[in-house]
Amino acid sequence: MFAFTKAQQAIRKAAKDFAKGELDKETIIQWEKDGAFPTEVWEKAADLGFLGMHLPEKYSGGGLGMLDSVVTLEEICRKDSTVGVALGYAAHGAECLAKWGSDALKEAFLPKVLEGEMLSAGAFGESRRGGDLSAEAVTAEKEGGEWVINGQKTYVPNGGLAGFYIVLCKTGDAASLILVEADRTGLSVEGLGRKLGGNMTPTANIAFDKVRVPAGNLVGEEGKGLAYAKEFTAENKILLAAQALGTAFGAYDRMMEYVKGREQFGRKLAQFQVSQHKIADMAVKIELSALITYKAAWVRDEGKMDPTLCSMAKMTACRTAMEVSAQSIQLFGGYGFMTEYEVERSYRDAKTLEVMAGAAAVQKDIIAQSAIGRIR
Amino acid sequence: MGVLKYTEDHERFRLQVREYMEKEVLPHTMEWEEAHIVPKEAWRKMGEAGYLCPCVSKEYGGPGLDFLYSVIITEEMAAVGQAGLAAMLHSDIVVPYINTYGTEEQKKKYLPGCVSGAIITAVAMTEPGAGSDVGGLEATAEEDGDEIVINGVKTFISNGINCDLVVLAARNPEIADKHAGVSLYLVEDGTPGFTRGKHLDKMGMHSQDTAELFFSNCRIPKENILGQKGHGFLMLMEKLQQERLMSAIANVAGAETALKWAVAYAKEAIVDGKPLSKSQAVKFKLAEMATDINLNRAFLDNLINDHMAGKDVTAQTMMSKYASSEMMNLQISDIMDLFGEYGLLESSPVARGFRDQRITTIFAGTTEIMKTIIAKSLGL
Repeated sequence: MFAFTKAQQAIRKAAKDFAKGELDKETIIQWEKDGAFPTEVWEKAADLGFLGMHLPEKYSGGGLGMLDSVVTLEEICRKDSTVGVALGYAAHGAECLAKWGSDALKEAFLPKVLEGEMLSAGAFGESRRGGDLSAEAVTAEKEGGEWVINGQKTYVPNGGLAGFYIVLCKTGDAASLILVEADRTGLSVEGLGRKLGGNMTPTANIAFDKVRVPAGNLVGEEGKGLAYAKEFTAENKILLAAQALGTAFGAYDRMMEYVKGREQFGRKLAQFQVSQHKIADMAVKIELSALITYKAAWVRDEGKMDPTLCSMAKMTACRTAMEVSAQSIQLFGGYGFMTEYEVERSYRDAKTLEVMAGAAAVQKDIIAQSAIGRIR
Repeated sequence: MGVLKYTEDHERFRLQVREYMEKEVLPHTMEWEEAHIVPKEAWRKMGEAGYLCPCVSKEYGGPGLDFLYSVIITEEMAAVGQAGLAAMLHSDIVVPYINTYGTEEQKKKYLPGCVSGAIITAVAMTEPGAGSDVGGLEATAEEDGDEIVINGVKTFISNGINCDLVVLAARNPEIADKHAGVSLYLVEDGTPGFTRGKHLDKMGMHSQDTAELFFSNCRIPKENILGQKGHGFLMLMEKLQQERLMSAIANVAGAETALKWAVAYAKEAIVDGKPLSKSQAVKFKLAEMATDINLNRAFLDNLINDHMAGKDVTAQTMMSKYASSEMMNLQISDIMDLFGEYGLLESSPVARGFRDQRITTIFAGTTEIMKTIIAKSLGL
């Protein structure tokens, strides 16, 4: 898979042109400060088909593969990481629904999300740890033709803005995924305020107090929720890796422009050997992250989804984004710390991506488990 | 441990400073962060409490205390992550220029105010085109009768908005030599031709008022030259040892605080039904952090002793500044991983710590400048 198809190259170019045309630096810096969701950009992205490229065409998706979503998100994040992360999470719940939801649910919700009318989110965690998948605190009990849901989910992306949540609930002895519309009585949102990064994507705790939804809101089979959540979050790590890859590229581009122009001690910064070696290290890390991210997406598109590889890609690309943005700031010197030069935001967004869905230790647990297998 | 000779007086003083931080500084942290500046009143309160300029002698209104008092204040302020109320910058970086090189008149005129907090100081060295390359500074100072006319732009000036007095580096345009033309000048707030530029938005240290300063035909009396004419560069180099030492002190103290958060959190946070501290990986990570901090601490405390004894420890100070700042950068990232998603929230101390510390490998000389000079000290 060492070449993208002509179609994928065209998608990349389209995403790049879109980002270049739509993303204005000053406006974005203000949005980020205000913690505003980039509504106009999101609507336009949906219009142009950049949301849910790997979801079925029947429901207004792109009918393409994960690799197509990867190049799209990479290019948008490369131009602006915070907007890219917001778009990366926009269809979070829909992507999960698309895998296991009933036709009725998919018909009712997917087009809305993919046409830019509604945001969505998966609500899987209940603890402080990133990447937590729990179904203890939130319970769903069947009462007549309805599910009655109680408890609280934590750190839910798009919390407060989403039109629906795919909630991992305890049902009997097992767990299930249930779609809960945001306007159901008894659902409340506790915003968690500003974060280090990803500030155009609001984060909230979502509490359920005797929230009633129809039995038909069950996503997939009852009792399979945990397995579904695991599979979905693994797949979603490919998209997180793509966002991190784009973030790394974005910092790298800005740094490169700067070191070629900035002169100190009578030479351009790019002419110092230490700068050059830093740049070489960054280039290598970006290349490796791109390869593993593309491979994880390609493997998934070939129908051989590999959760371990998804963890590896997420961990590697996020580390790269951190290291590249940190060194980009360093090469910018004092300017790197200033909002105006944007690499400080790359760094904050990179760290946020690294922690979301589980920092390195969480991914290593997953990778090691698979690498070692069973010990007798 | 115990390299530094802290007396009971020192220890008592530390407790007082700590209590002051808890009562007078910590409760205002968020307010100052949001305002992007610390009110001048807070500086005056610090002065009243006796926590500004411990080195200034009684003759000029100061307490005339030893350097360990500065160390204590710096450590205690770093422990609460205070960036805007930059006592260290004022007391131990800027005021020493006046204290060491000022004339009797200058000292009498300015030092009492520096001690009381009525005069907040800033040092203006960096320019848009002269960051690491201090020798490249372009601001000019030309004599005109009894006056000196200053023109130029300074940037990234901490206390840039609040400052009442600026120690400014500028060059005599008639002298071609990069270094020999540089002198230091004292410029008071309100001098015609001296204006503030943008209050700069930055990743961290939000309560710190960082700004551009503009000098446009700004006339100051000749007696406002600080130290010997043409010795500006030498004075800057001489005082940079203490500036970098202060940075290292703040870094190590900051790292010690962050480790405390991490250890407390690891014990308290329950993940998968057990405390995070039961994880072997977490234990090892915290053990590594404690080791690195202790190595940095031991080296630093020795340097403080040498510095107090008047030794030239330029290169060692750079090692300490560079090592401690790089350590901090790595550690706060690892601590964020430990805290997980809740560490990302601005309501947690980790997020602010993460944002604030990124500048430490850059200001007071980048890691690359430190390494360049360390290499020189090795004869390379």
